[in-house]
Amino acid sequence: MIVRSQGFYPEFERKAGRKRTTHYCAGCGHGIIQKLIAEAMADLGIQDDTVFVSPVGCAAFCYYYLDCGNVAGPHGRAAAVASGLVRVIPDKIVVAYQGDGDLGAIGFNNAFQAANRGDGFAHFFVNNALYGMTGGQMAPTTLAGQKTTTSPYGRDVVSTGEPLKVCEVFDQLERPVYIERVSVADSKRIMKARKAIRKALEIQKEGKGYAFVEILSPCPTNMKADAMGAAAFVSEEMERAFPLRLFRDRSGEEPPRPIEVEARSIDDIVSADYEGDAIDDLPDVRERRYKFSGFGGQGILSLGLVIADAASEMGRHVSWFPSYGPEQRGGSASCSVVVSGREIGSPAIDHPDVLVAMNQPSLERFLPTVPPGGVAIYEESVPLEATAPEGVTVHPFPASRIAAENGAPKAANTALLGCLVELGLLDMPGEELRRALVRSFAAKPKLVEGNLAVFEAARGHARRELL
Amino acid sequence: MRKFAKGNEAVTIGAIYAGCDAYFGYPITPASEIAHTAAEYFPPLGKEFLQAECETAAINMMYGAASAGKLSMTASSGPGISLMQEGMSYLAGAQLPAVVVDVMRTGPGLGNIGPEQGDYNMAVKGGGHGNYRSIVLAPNSVQEMCDLTVRCFELALRYRNPALLLADAVLGQMMESLTIPQGVMEREDPSDWCVRGDPDTRENLICSIYLEPDLQERHNWMLQDKYESMQKEAMSESYRCEDAELLLTAYGSCARICRSAVDALRDEGLRAGLFRPISLYPFPREELNRAAAGKEVLVVELSNGQYRDDVRLHLDACDKRLELANRMGGNMISVDEVLGRARAMLEGSS
Repeated sequence: MIVRSQGFYPEFERKAGRKRTTHYCAGCGHGIIQKLIAEAMADLGIQDDTVFVSPVGCAAFCYYYLDCGNVAGPHGRAAAVASGLVRVIPDKIVVAYQGDGDLGAIGFNNAFQAANRGDGFAHFFVNNALYGMTGGQMAPTTLAGQKTTTSPYGRDVVSTGEPLKVCEVFDQLERPVYIERVSVADSKRIMKARKAIRKALEIQKEGKGYAFVEILSPCPTNMKADAMGAAAFVSEEMERAFPLRLFRDRSGEEPPRPIEVEARSIDDIVSADYEGDAIDDLPDVRERRYKFSGFGGQGILSLGLVIADAASEMGRHVSWFPSYGPEQRGGSASCSVVVSGREIGSPAIDHPDVLVAMNQPSLERFLPTVPPGGVAIYEESVPLEATAPEGVTVHPFPASRIAAENGAPKAANTALLGCLVELGLLDMPGEELRRALVRSFAAKPKLVEGNLAVFEAARGHARRELL
Repeated sequence: MRKFAKGNEAVTIGAIYAGCDAYFGYPITPASEIAHTAAEYFPPLGKEFLQAECETAAINMMYGAASAGKLSMTASSGPGISLMQEGMSYLAGAQLPAVVVDVMRTGPGLGNIGPEQGDYNMAVKGGGHGNYRSIVLAPNSVQEMCDLTVRCFELALRYRNPALLLADAVLGQMMESLTIPQGVMEREDPSDWCVRGDPDTRENLICSIYLEPDLQERHNWMLQDKYESMQKEAMSESYRCEDAELLLTAYGSCARICRSAVDALRDEGLRAGLFRPISLYPFPREELNRAAAGKEVLVVELSNGQYRDDVRLHLDACDKRLELANRMGGNMISVDEVLGRARAMLEGSS
């Protein structure tokens, strides 16, 4: 009498035709390994809680047999799929099953990184020293001198390296809880494999972390041998390169503690800056396009942001668009700000109505783009060598000097803000900008006082000298 | 309630209000602020954030999370999105919901980090293998970076299909006022298809393999029917099109530039309008044809005619002149350039 294996489906209906036999070749290790996994799942009572990730290759059809939740992963990616699963169902049991081409070659980094993170799943690695279903090609685990369809002269270690010892590599990592190499080549070895597979699943049931079991497995078809011959190859040849042993069992040790992150509400995280909802059109507000430019570190982007914030608070349409990337790490920086009473078209500006330039390269680059009727304000200490286009008003402004005289030498940008307010180029009351300026230093309250002093001093200077 | 937000941050805010459960991603300019904000905002909300070892891992982690019926996302730019294409195909084949954000940069190859729209074909035509489609939405403002992210999750879940938010470097880096969504998106129970390690879903299976050609074909036909049924979700915007003689058409940040150009042309007394597809797949075919009826068309894009080809494909009749104004390499097309081309077409036709 044949006793039905626990943990397998009663009939293998997912495969048309055959109801009680697997699709594996006679003497193949996959059937044995899957039976061991199935029985362990049943004995541990975890079938309802388990999601099994099958690989590609011969074992792609684990889901024909294993009576649990089943997910079929892409080639090499079962570990990454399992990592994704354990992150969203951390209290469940996740199992990934991969062959040696799948795990050792294309998906090695995904497996390695999952092991290094200690992702909580049982990882079964079936090593038969070649690609099975794909047609007996060389795998990273193929033995030195072994002939395969892609190493017809034998694996040449000079050009293709030595067999990849995955357990030994993973044993260098801190987070795996359990690492063992076993074999299913004969019944004595199968009993040890049974124990290791159970242990890996128990570790999952107890939520202890990542468990890796490498299983040496015969493939008679591609080893070009009968069942006995393939098993002998595994025990006699493969075990020389891949010795069977328990590399580690840290299931009795305390896992490291995670960093606690305090829970917060969505409203707290997505904190609103302003009351009220969508912005209405404001026909009385004229559209103004501003370009702020200078060296990175002069506060050019912040200057644009303070103005954008103030206008946004007042319910105007505003866009702020920075130069970004390498430019912001040393060279010139600029940002474009459009303030409008209606929906804004282009956030990039070809012709700024107002140009603020804090260094010479910016002044030379952008001054010619200012259209007639426009205004250009630049840091007084910058030599003006370019000629302003006709109809453009140009104001040198001692922003750096005012900032230094008021005890905040880095606040030249704030001085320019004061100048813009006083010249009426922002179409907003000074008080709104003063408040936006204070808001902009919310994270650095010590700087508020100095910046306000610079702001007021610059307004006074602009009023006296420019109006 | 409003916030002054960067486009990339608005994507993360949209994801939060869509109820996204997990972010898996690998950083890349100009999309990284999406990862930065997700890393900051997700854990205190009990959501998962994991920096993956590569984009391939990220998309497959999403495959895993989606298998469990959870909503996940990633964000990247051209090179990273290229790496995810196999995973997109698997998500589509296994009918799993997931949201991928592409903040387009310049290509091909490493290119640079400036804005471009050269990922259009990869996104819209399906850059992976097999007969599949991704839902593709193209925002043109910070508000839409948020709102269309929510919409991507909604459609991804409704059709159990990957959805792509196709943005560009301008939209990712710019800041505008954002009206914050009200309330977290509701979603249907995925118990009838997902596999999450419980008795209700134990019988379910996530896979995309059918060994019998007839069964694989049936699966393909079913998918094609599903893609066809998405047509009703097409979204677009027509601006000042009614009496226009010349139709400008563009998506994403280019549409913003065209809007400025249309306003400037109208100020000159020239009758121009703008058609902007908001969904690139499904494409708003009927709406395009209505907007373009009897008009010459100027297609504006930051790529080599990829969008222009689709405009041609979707126009029922193409008997009027259709021209392309485009830039590449990280250069924005200027309003002036669009104006020049539009004026030339309008003058040539009168």
